[in-house]
Amino acid sequence: MIPNDGMKPVNEDKRDFLKWILSGGLLAFVGSVIYPVLAYLKPPPQGDVEVSSVKACKLNEIEKDSGKIIKFGTKPVILIRTADGQLRAFSATCTHLDCTVQFSKDRGLIWCACHNGKYDLSGRNVSGPPPRPLDEFRVVVQGEDILISKKT
Amino acid sequence: MVLLKKLYDWIDERVQLENLVHFLGKKYVPIHRHSIWYYFGGVSLFLFIIQVLTGILLLLYYKSGEELAFESIQFIMSKVQFGWLIRSVHSWTANLFILTAMIHMFSVYFEKSYRKPREITWLTGMLMFFLAMGFGFSGYLLPWNELAFFATKVGTDIAGVVPVIGKPIMVFLRGGEEVTGATLSRFFGFHVAVLPGMFTVLLGIHLILVQRQGMSEPLGVEDAHGTPKKTMPFFPNFLLRDLLFWLIVLNLLAILAVFFPWELGKKADAFASAPAGIKPEWYFLFMFQTLKYIPAQLFIIDGEVFGILLFGVGGLLWTLVPFWDRKSSRGEKNRFINYVGLFIIFYMIVLTILGWIA
Repeated sequence: MIPNDGMKPVNEDKRDFLKWILSGGLLAFVGSVIYPVLAYLKPPPQGDVEVSSVKACKLNEIEKDSGKIIKFGTKPVILIRTADGQLRAFSATCTHLDCTVQFSKDRGLIWCACHNGKYDLSGRNVSGPPPRPLDEFRVVVQGEDILISKKT
Repeated sequence: MVLLKKLYDWIDERVQLENLVHFLGKKYVPIHRHSIWYYFGGVSLFLFIIQVLTGILLLLYYKSGEELAFESIQFIMSKVQFGWLIRSVHSWTANLFILTAMIHMFSVYFEKSYRKPREITWLTGMLMFFLAMGFGFSGYLLPWNELAFFATKVGTDIAGVVPVIGKPIMVFLRGGEEVTGATLSRFFGFHVAVLPGMFTVLLGIHLILVQRQGMSEPLGVEDAHGTPKKTMPFFPNFLLRDLLFWLIVLNLLAILAVFFPWELGKKADAFASAPAGIKPEWYFLFMFQTLKYIPAQLFIIDGEVFGILLFGVGGLLWTLVPFWDRKSSRGEKNRFINYVGLFIIFYMIVLTILGWIA
């Protein structure tokens, strides 16, 4: 406190007003510096091309009792041909921690190598840490071509 | 010699080196049956210096980017003279650094050297340890190979599991929703700029505190009244021993780098399955193995959330040990701390072995 003897009495209202103006101004300044930096850190959304259907491969390119990874836009999809010749497709992204699954012939399963997650050939999580089944895709055979599309 | 003396006098006249020289001359290191552990802090510092130097050398040829990173390391290892050596030393040193820092951390823990008045030294040390893991994790991705690609997917996805703040953190780390070249750019920036900057500041504080407060002595040793304390001058006695140990470690590094060169593996492919036998670096292995055992659903929460909360809370309690271990700060024995430490070491070793042979 500054000694105030014989001086004008302190105008508390004026002092409060100045305090608010100054601290508010400081806050606004800090905000206007920090906001652009924080906004910069957030990556802009990429113009993701929405893919609804892809041509996976020819029917003769996938043997019975095997599986392969197909590019579905930017995401991997696993196409499986079972021992009895049925074609199925699932999202190849493990529902546990984002690894890419594979067809395991000796186990007769879809298997994730990262944490030993197992799914049956219908995409159901049967053992290990995966919390959810794999999303299923629709498979259509058109002549010799295998087409994969999102289930609606 | 005359020139050196002149130079010394010139500097001394301006910044008064006298005090510093006096301080170094008066610095003593206590001698007791646990003195061996004093060397692990110093050797960690030495390994950090090697990382800075080899890191700078690698920067001369490394190129970040999905189409360049893997190829540039191939180039370093096959075309650049001694490139294989520099890269191998950098990779091996990273692992030895984590190891020596871990030994240093556990020895400080068991000696309760974190107790008052050295809480800040412990805290800065722990923060540096977490940064070291960040160095390991970010550096692992830079070669852009298959193993690193999936390790990064899993590691960043784990961050995304944390409720509320997890998702934005994951997107921030990845530079998008997925692990792509954007992730590589960010990790490169973290690895060569952000983390070294933070680490250097913490290291400075850590070392200044060690100088100011002197070496900590274990509780039992301090108790022994009557017998005069045995000490050793830091300069040159302890320093020379330090340097000898550094020399041994440097030789060990050379042997490892030459006879067990670090592999590069296969280039990352976003459309390939995770390869069988995929494992993280050994120092993440015990956590990785734990995740395998936690079921998908535990009570009402996801298994991963449980795992990450478990390690998060554990790490936090460990970091804050100087503040809840009141007994040691009062100079009393605290066996509980030893049991906790032994349990953690036992748990880490067993799960690391299980993860290794799995």
